[in-house]
This record gives sequence, C-alpha cells and structure tokens, in this order.
Amino acid sequence: MSSSEAADRRLGIVGAGKVGTTIARAAAAAGYDVAISGSGPAERIALIVDVLAPGARAATTDEVVGHADLIVLAVPMHRFRELPRDLFAGKILVDAMNYWEDIDGVDEELASAPMGTSIVVQHHFASARLVKSLNHLGYYEMEEGRHPHGAPGRIALAAAGDDRAAVAAVMQLIDRLGFDAVDAGPLEAGMALGPDGPVFGVAHSAAELSELLWSEASSA
Amino acid sequence: MNPQDIEFGLDSFVFVSVDESGQQLSGDVVIRNTVEEAVLADSVGIDSFNIAEHYRPDMMDSAAHVMLAAIAGRTERIRLGTAVTVLSTQDPVRVYTNFATLDAVSNGRAQLIVGRGSLTESFPLFGFDLADYEELFEEKLDLFTRLVRNQPVTWSGSFRSPLTDQYLSPPLPEGHLPTWVGVGGSPQSVIRAARFGLPLMLAVIGGSPKRFAPLVDLYKRALDAYGYPLLPIGMHSHGFVARTDEEAAAIQWPYWAEIFENAAAERGWARPTMERFRSEIASGSLYLGSVETVATKIAAVIRQLGLSRFDWVYATGRVPHEQRMATIELFGREVVPRVRELLAEPATEPATVALGSATNLESSRV
Repeated sequence: MSSSEAADRRLGIVGAGKVGTTIARAAAAAGYDVAISGSGPAERIALIVDVLAPGARAATTDEVVGHADLIVLAVPMHRFRELPRDLFAGKILVDAMNYWEDIDGVDEELASAPMGTSIVVQHHFASARLVKSLNHLGYYEMEEGRHPHGAPGRIALAAAGDDRAAVAAVMQLIDRLGFDAVDAGPLEAGMALGPDGPVFGVAHSAAELSELLWSEASSA
Repeated sequence: MNPQDIEFGLDSFVFVSVDESGQQLSGDVVIRNTVEEAVLADSVGIDSFNIAEHYRPDMMDSAAHVMLAAIAGRTERIRLGTAVTVLSTQDPVRVYTNFATLDAVSNGRAQLIVGRGSLTESFPLFGFDLADYEELFEEKLDLFTRLVRNQPVTWSGSFRSPLTDQYLSPPLPEGHLPTWVGVGGSPQSVIRAARFGLPLMLAVIGGSPKRFAPLVDLYKRALDAYGYPLLPIGMHSHGFVARTDEEAAAIQWPYWAEIFENAAAERGWARPTMERFRSEIASGSLYLGSVETVATKIAAVIRQLGLSRFDWVYATGRVPHEQRMATIELFGREVVPRVRELLAEPATEPATVALGSATNLESSRV
C-alpha cells in the first residue's frame, strides 16, 4: 500500500458512544486505521474500544484530529459546542449527530434550525469541510446491515454537503463500510436525513433512498 | 446457571387502557386494575412485579412505591420493584426512605432498577436540565448506593445539600433492596454499572437482542477490571402471549401501532408498519405469540446473552385489563415453566436461529 493509500484509509472518530463505537467497529473491519476519542483521557474509553471496536485505537480528541483528514463527529448533539471552533480546520468532518429533545434537552437554536442542524454545526466549525451523513440509520442496522459492494439488497446511506470533494470522500467511506452511497446534494438538503425527514430510521436501497430524497427536494 | 434460579418478572407502565367496548378507563380504575394484575402474577408464580415511572396522560405510573405497597399487602411471595426509577430527577434520600419502607412492609421483597428511561418528561417537571443527565445520574447513584450499603453517610455533591454522619430510617438489612442499573445500549452506562458494582439490566425495545452481546462482554470485562465478581445480567423487553400466534398478534397489533404512531408524531421515529411488527416478532425484540413461540424465544435469548433475569412488559399500550389478566395467567402458568424446561435441555441450533440477524433486516425492508 502506498503512503497516500494508507492516509486514505485513516479515520478519526470523536465520540465513543453507541454510534461512535459502531462506526469504529465497521471501519476497523473494513481495513481502516481508526482512532477514536471520548471526553477526556484515552484511558477512560480504552476498555470500551478494546471490547466494542477491536482494532481501533483509543485516543484523545487532539490525537484523533492529528490522525486523519476524515473525521466523524458522533458526540451527543448538546455537546458539540464544547469543542473548539477551529479544531477541525481543513478536515472533512462527518456530522453523524441528530438533535433529540429527549436526550439533548430543549435547544432553541437546534430545534428551530430552518435549514437543518448541520448548518448550525457548520457555523460553529466554520473552517471544517462539513458533510451530513451516517446519521439516518439506527446504529444496530449499521452493525448488521453491512454488505460487500455489489451485493443484492445492499442498504444505502446518503451524504449531503457543499464541498463536493468532501462529499465524494465520504461516499467512498460509506461504500467501504458496506453500504451503497447516495449523494443527497448540498448541506441544507441534509435536513431530509434527520429525525423528521422522509428516510430516517428505515433501511432503503440506493434507488429507494434517491427517490425519497428527490421527492422531498422537489416538494420543498 | 440453574434454570430454576432464573427470575421472571413482569413490568408495567400502568398504561391507561380501554374496556372491552373500546371506552377509555379513568386513571384510578387503571391503577386498581394494575394492582389486581400484580396479585394475579403472584398467584401464578411470577418472580417479580415492577412498575415504571412516567408523568404522562397515557401512563399512571407516577408513584410506583405507593402501588407496590398496596400490592405488598395482598401478596406473600412476589418481589416488588421498579422498571425504571428515574433516579436523576429524584432525591436519593427520598428514594431510600420510600423503598426501605416498602422493603419493611413487604418483608424484604423490594428491589429497584435505576436509569434514565426512554422518555424524559421528568426533567422539566422537576426542574432539572436534561443536558446535565450524566452528572445528575452519576452523583445520585453515588449517594444512593452509599445510603443502601453503608450508613452513616457523609457526602457532598453539586445537586443537593451535603450529609454528615447521616443515618436514615428505616435501616435496611444487609443485602436488601437489590438495585440494578438499566441501560439502553450506551457503553459508558455499562461501564458505570460495573464501576458501582451493580447488576445490569438491558432494555431491549427493538431490533435483534444479539447486538447486546458485545455490551454483555464489556460489562464482564469491566467488572473484572474494577475487581468485582460476575454480577447478574437481566433483560427487559415487550410482548404478549395468547393461545395462538395469530390471536396474540391480532390483539396486540392495533395498540402497538398506536404507541408507535404517537412516537412517530412526537419524536420523529419511523412510523409503524405491519412488516416491522412481524419482523420484531420473528427476529427482533417482541416476545409475542403462543406459549411455545414466546417460551422458545425467551429461552434462546437467555442462553445467548447469559441472562439470570428476564422482565417482560406484558402487553404494550391500551390493551384491556381482561386480556392483560389472560396473558399474565398464561405467562406464569405455562410460559415460565416451559422456558425453564427448555433451558434444562442441552443447547441446540434453533436457539440462535430464533434470534436471527440478517433476516431481521431483510424482512424489515418494505
């Protein structure tokens, strides 16, 4: 493997909860060199990572940022503002978060975000290349629904973002994780991937997912 | 573990139910009906009856300890508990006094599961910020376990006044009021249960229970790392039993669909479909059907995850009292003995087949 290929198989994950550890496990199984952080020192999540995502490495958030150019943000939504604004400068940042009032409490800015919560996240991390993805399927379906490229009945995941090269990189990640990738359009179109959107929480093929997102876009 | 030692519990949300003509019952009737259901559970040999905690118009479970005390006065044997107590928004001192008193009234039958629950209306109701959830639960669990294990307690924290050499009455005999930690899949919550040396209750309300196997492994490794012996692991799921698979599905479906329609409207969940209902029965987390279907599925998950306790939400939503009573009767008299019988047999392949995995996802795609 050349050094550029090795760089291309590095993934950082910030957040070691249900979603973060599920993505870490899938990515490690797909041959990625994965570094993952929780809040605080790496030792705090060492056992979790060892058991739930063998092959991934527990790290601090700064180490995760230094490890890869592609980073998944999977912290509880009410916590993302605690991270420094320039932390992900120049990085491709996958916003895998959803706003749940039942978990995050009432957050006026997120609850009323007219263009979707990713726009709020992009505003906070203005220097990151933000892509909304990996948020619209239950974590257990992400666990059990992975299939090799070309397999019949393969499930699809969508990615939305304004930086088209960043979207392409995330679509490659999705495919390697074991899902068909669907381009959902600009970042604000990522709103359709959220809890109140038409595709949330249900497994779809790429054709079904594209169709649902297309109908949503044309009715908006 | 010896199949005779596995505990089978019933969990109730005290759903406001309808009568057989479809008329909604008043809250006080629902509460008295639930007490009758618990008395029946005791008489058919079920090991525990556990009441949840919500503050909603469709559930009457806002004061479990009061209902449990009423049940204690009419039963001799069944353990009386919660599923779950939302400890984060209660005062641990008050939880202690309520449940230590229940333990005395019931002659040592009180137990608790503490956790967050999946609905969080108690946070604004009692003036807590949901964003403080982690800190609240950590602090209150710390105080509560000290009160149960080792009085007098000297303690200080951020969310209530400090205690100095505090004794609380009534005292609890050693080992009484077993307290489990309920978790919904968060690895940090599993680690916390192990750190406090408390038994683990997995709430599995959808999808294949197989995905909880890594968390069971995590819990065992964490107990070991914190220097505790292996502690009990239980699971909580929903279901319904009737004479045939078809009858059970026909009774439960409209009420199940109603609950998930409401959750879809209120919380953005996916809307319920018959396909998803069928898939949850076939390979997910609904233990629903005939005695044999339900017993086979429970035995399979007990084996697969190494459980020593299985709690069953008998009927989801507004299912009428008469049908709840019938399902309790079948569960206690037929399902539980059949599960014990199946577990006494050597493990066979169908145990894993019943839990499914890939088939679950395929059949849920419509």
